[in-house]
Amino acid sequence: MNFDSELLISIAIVIGGAFILVGSLGLVRLPDLMSRLHGPSKATTLGVGGCLIASMLHFWDVNGHLSVQELLVTLFLFITAPVTAHFIAKAHLHTHQHIKTDLPRPQGLYGWSTYECLPKGMKSPASIRTPSIACDNEPDTNINGDEETSVS
Amino acid sequence: MIEYALFFSFAAVAIALIINLWRLATGPTLMDRVLAGDTMVVNTIAIIILYGIQNNTTLYFESALLLAMFSFISTVAYCRFVLRGDVIE
Repeated sequence: MNFDSELLISIAIVIGGAFILVGSLGLVRLPDLMSRLHGPSKATTLGVGGCLIASMLHFWDVNGHLSVQELLVTLFLFITAPVTAHFIAKAHLHTHQHIKTDLPRPQGLYGWSTYECLPKGMKSPASIRTPSIACDNEPDTNINGDEETSVS
Repeated sequence: MIEYALFFSFAAVAIALIINLWRLATGPTLMDRVLAGDTMVVNTIAIIILYGIQNNTTLYFESALLLAMFSFISTVAYCRFVLRGDVIE
């Protein structure tokens, strides 16, 4: 094992450990859950990616051939981290309904799709199930967001 | 040189795990606890991989892969239980 490969592996290990620590610090220091999601879902994933790259380089150097298992772990973590963060954010939005009033209105035809039904007359594709939790309220027909000012 | 880098990284991941444990214990909402548990599993994957580098063996990668899969499945099941009231409908 020569000096260059050892330096490269050490740099990858140190970067990985530092990013893992930064992600967990963000989990503790940031004020609310929507901010706290950023730390683990970005920084910690990058840190684990650094550790896996270091491991891949190290065993390439020792054994002489590149192993696939590290790439599998990296691929799986990098695919599942955004899905996990999305699920946690969605569950948080539904358990705290008062956030709904603070949210800005999206620029589409209808509002936040996690809260509201499709507008009347618009059919969802047959492959997508319509949400059943949020559909007990009437869908918001205020498309442009300036209807209240014109009425009053 | 790798030994010192491994020492630094073990210390960083250990501090991160303690911090996550604090968030898991005192998280104000339920989703904070789920997020802290998920982060703890990711940190455990990192510590398993660093231990494999230190002991110069590739034996532990399967356990890291299994932990990655099960952490994803358990977090999705937890969020689905909170969202829908049931895991499998």
